[in-house]
Amino acid sequence: METMSPLERILRGIALTLVVIFFMFPIVWIFLMSFQTNETILRIPPSVIFTPTLDNYAALITGKLTTAAGTLDIAFMRNLGNSVFLSVASVALALVLGVPAAYAFARHKFRGSEDIAFTLLSFRFAPPLLVLLPLTQYFQWLGLSNTYFGLIWVYQLICLPLILWIVRGYFEDISADVEYAYRIAGHSWFSTFRKIALPLAGPGIAAAGLLAFIFAWNNFVFALVLASADKQPVTVGALAFVTASGIQYGQIAAAIVLSITPTLALALYAQRYLVEGLSLGAVKG
Amino acid sequence: MASVTQPGARTGGFRISKRVLPYVLSLPALLVCIGILIPFFTAVIYSFQRYRLSQPWARQFNWGENYLNFFTDPGFWNTLRISLVYAGVTVGLELLLGLGIALLLQRRTTVNNFISIMLLLPLMTAPALAALMWKLMTNPGFGILSYFASLVGLENFRWASSPDTALLTVVLVDIWVYTPFIMILLLAGLRSLPTQPFEAAALDGVPRTFVFFRITLPMLTPYILTATLFRLLDSIQQFDIIYAMTQGGPGDTLTVFQVEAYLNFFQSTNVGRSAALLIILWAITYILSNVFIKNWLRLRERARGEA
Repeated sequence: METMSPLERILRGIALTLVVIFFMFPIVWIFLMSFQTNETILRIPPSVIFTPTLDNYAALITGKLTTAAGTLDIAFMRNLGNSVFLSVASVALALVLGVPAAYAFARHKFRGSEDIAFTLLSFRFAPPLLVLLPLTQYFQWLGLSNTYFGLIWVYQLICLPLILWIVRGYFEDISADVEYAYRIAGHSWFSTFRKIALPLAGPGIAAAGLLAFIFAWNNFVFALVLASADKQPVTVGALAFVTASGIQYGQIAAAIVLSITPTLALALYAQRYLVEGLSLGAVKG
Repeated sequence: MASVTQPGARTGGFRISKRVLPYVLSLPALLVCIGILIPFFTAVIYSFQRYRLSQPWARQFNWGENYLNFFTDPGFWNTLRISLVYAGVTVGLELLLGLGIALLLQRRTTVNNFISIMLLLPLMTAPALAALMWKLMTNPGFGILSYFASLVGLENFRWASSPDTALLTVVLVDIWVYTPFIMILLLAGLRSLPTQPFEAAALDGVPRTFVFFRITLPMLTPYILTATLFRLLDSIQQFDIIYAMTQGGPGDTLTVFQVEAYLNFFQSTNVGRSAALLIILWAITYILSNVFIKNWLRLRERARGEA
């Protein structure tokens, strides 16, 4: 490990450069594309020399796309709003439902506790359509079709197992003795939970919440099956946008950039916790 | 895990007995569980019915007919084959690449840490949007990758729109998105390995291939297993990338389980066949997930032990 021959150094350098190019190139290329007009995008051979324009973003934000054929309405900002609302609300609900349960699973071994925890975990690995297709019919009967409420409820499939298993790990890391001492001092169970356990597990809970947000944001199939155009998040909206606007490549690229920026920024912010979160607490980063 | 011993006296408004408290806390999660199990059992019932949305009056139980028909249904065998090929190829390549990159980044230098953070970005990109990005790059008219292909003599390389190269294209997108997943898990594993065996081997002048195959790889096996099974479980159910890229086409080239079930349900409105397909997929993932959870728990215990 310590000694590396010059040749090995060079080979490693080349290999790493290729890796970085392969994984970064698509993001960089789409980013560049989003600042170009169709004319410069369609040049052959392609070139990275162009005068950047903000027209694509302007068209998306104002919702009006002016083409030679006339003006076209774009609902993309609505999709972006839906993504924000659905992800935030789902994570909030999952935290309210999941954190107390995670605490119960970490502190008390009670009858059926492992069964519930593992059933929830198994949802993470079951084919989502298995649940979604029958749900389309239940949602019609219940009047939940194409409602935010219905979507947020179904999004618990993604958020809840994640929160439950990660936060449970954080609670298990905290020694129960501190809580015990606080209880001895005459405090109620609830104030022990609120004043001792929650603050100690706080960073872990925040990290689990951020991860759940990223996964909710990136989800595609739930909204594809259960939501109509006005409730769709960016993942589904961008696909519809491609079909509708066809050849407005610059705007498609700009829409993609706007859609992936929030999760990429959050991922960089929370990167310290990602390894643990992605492995559902099995591997520490 | 020691549970909190209850002091006899209580203060505060809450008076919940120790036996009931954990149930109260986990009740909401339990309710969500039940709410999801209901549609699951409904799907099981659908799979035993002759049920087409276009002919609701003809809906009746036909028991195992949907399943029996699969034996003589080339479409089903195509779905099974393409799903297994997709999962095998993507996970196999991602494992090799991920392990290679993790080994390259093993040393904790500033550059290596920076690169490993940068590589998280594809993983955090929504797979459906990643497919759209690659669709723009492989556009036959102006796509940069089509241009690169023509530079190396592949004129009119049609990527996802040709049956010959559609699988290659979606596999490429899958590799782009998910290799970092395996990479960061194995990197965390590599960096957590004890250093003594490696120091001892270096002192004794043991060849490095020997160290890799006899020390590194065996010690890394639990991580490799967990990462691989995790990816297999997701990959055999892949929907987002394939649907966003080609909607299962061209023709039935990429009709993996979930895509085929989706098309069956919404296009040919054959609910019975769609449900039976998903139950078979579920059975495969159920077996895989049991193996996975065993490995995952072992690794989790170890991580908790280090904490």
